Amino acid sequence: MAEPILDIRDLRKSFGALKATDGVSLDLRPGEIHALIGPNGAGKSTLIHQIAGSLKPDSGEIRFEGRDVKPLDVAARARLGMGRTFQVSSLAPEFSALRNVMLAVQARQGSSFRFFKPVMHDRSLTEPAHEALARVGLSDRADVSAAELSHGERRQLEIAIALALGAKAFLLDEPMAGMGPEGSQALTTFLDGLRAEAPILLIEHDMDAVFALADRISVLVYGRIIATGTVDDIRNHPAVREAYLGDGA
Amino acid sequence: MTRETTISIVIVAGLLAAAFIAQAMGETFYITLATRMAILGLAATGLNIALGLGGLVSFGHAAFFGIGGYAAGILATHAFNSEPLLLGLPGTNQMIVIWIAGAIAAGLVAVLIGLISLRTSGVYFIMITLAFAQMIYYFAISWPAYGGEDGLSIYVRNTFPGTNTLAPMSFFLICFGLLVIGLVFFALIRDSRFGAALQAGRQNDTRLAAVGIGPFRVRLVAFVISAMMTALAGALFADLNRFVSPSMFSWHMSGELIVLIIIGGVGRLAGPLAGAIVYVLFEFALGGITEHWQFFLGLILLAVVLFARGGVMGLLAGRARHG
Repeated sequence: MAEPILDIRDLRKSFGALKATDGVSLDLRPGEIHALIGPNGAGKSTLIHQIAGSLKPDSGEIRFEGRDVKPLDVAARARLGMGRTFQVSSLAPEFSALRNVMLAVQARQGSSFRFFKPVMHDRSLTEPAHEALARVGLSDRADVSAAELSHGERRQLEIAIALALGAKAFLLDEPMAGMGPEGSQALTTFLDGLRAEAPILLIEHDMDAVFALADRISVLVYGRIIATGTVDDIRNHPAVREAYLGDGA
Repeated sequence: MTRETTISIVIVAGLLAAAFIAQAMGETFYITLATRMAILGLAATGLNIALGLGGLVSFGHAAFFGIGGYAAGILATHAFNSEPLLLGLPGTNQMIVIWIAGAIAAGLVAVLIGLISLRTSGVYFIMITLAFAQMIYYFAISWPAYGGEDGLSIYVRNTFPGTNTLAPMSFFLICFGLLVIGLVFFALIRDSRFGAALQAGRQNDTRLAAVGIGPFRVRLVAFVISAMMTALAGALFADLNRFVSPSMFSWHMSGELIVLIIIGGVGRLAGPLAGAIVYVLFEFALGGITEHWQFFLGLILLAVVLFARGGVMGLLAGRARHG
């Protein structure tokens, strides 16, 4: 079995008496889409925050490409290759779609302390940014400010940013949320191809998408992973059916 | 060329033309007004890097303005009295040396203030920067070696190679030259990679961190650059008045710089200069009629905030564009 890119061991995080993350172990292997599902309030976002570095776990291990990333902040983890998208789109609203992606390109090049060269004439920034936009189908919206993009387009833009970062693993927090059926379908197709580039930890409520895409699924309930397995394992897992999918799913 | 750039050039050229017209009419007082506009415009352009591009509402930039001023006053006094300053180093009356010294001193202080204050944001940041500036203000008041509360006179305006700085027009041109350099510098930074990171951080620092750029370092560097430019203006201000006093450090000064930016247009290229022009004109036109001229300036400020958020630049050049 290949070494996991992301390896989480016995992660714990409490808010007062609430155990938001209660001994979670999870890994993400090269080439796979690992879906994380669970009812609202199960602690999915808390988990993503701890992986990305915006929340400090109480205990447990987070390794990225074999390296302990717990001491690193959000920016440092992003530089290692964590390409994260947000449950609620988080963009620079006044910047055009293109400039939002260019920011990721410049970060990847490790060169934000250059003071005199205008970015808009810097083809080493604009070309990769245009490429990333083209891959998610936003080419004709490149000059529109992020604030004026539609909800679905913003989600696409977040993925373009993660692509431009050259992420070694994608952490996608409900990328389908709020997208129309057509958008979801197109994104499903896109993510299907993306796993060859870098593995995806996918948090998603859209079960059609999850069952279509996931190589493995983990089910999180009350901060605990109650089952991990293939799509068929999870569909037929009695505890999962009871806790989450409901009878008849 | 964008509309923003064109309008900015028109404003800058207008200031230069006004000084030459005043010169032709033999009205040296108007040249002094234009010099004041250029200096305040430069000071506020410095603040505009932190406030306009970075969203860092520093309510303590008077600290840097005053450090620049005191650098000029202290160095000139030592040169005048032929007393060594520190470690046997002499004072100087060379403007260029004074500018460098003032900017470096302000930069070092800005590193210290920034390291602490940039860990906060919003109202806390405003209050911490204010607190630091007030500490320096009271320090200046209680420092008898350099005049304490009474301030420090510069008996002869400092010199610049090749010109007679006592001639109002020559001194104006020096200040104007630095203003233009300051504005070009602002425009370059705004359009650079550093500027992209700084402005992205103002809009959304979660996003900035998520692409792998730590917002703190970017802001600290911006804060220091901003302080150094404001300090440079402070040194010119001291030479304009041939006098420095602790009032350069006072919170009124910090507030004034913010007001200039709001009137002119936050984050806009010639916004601070436009604000300084409006401010000095008001001070001159109404200051002669009533000592309560700032009341009317207050009305203008209110009108800008309520009806013209982009300030003067917003009215002339439309909304800011970000490529």
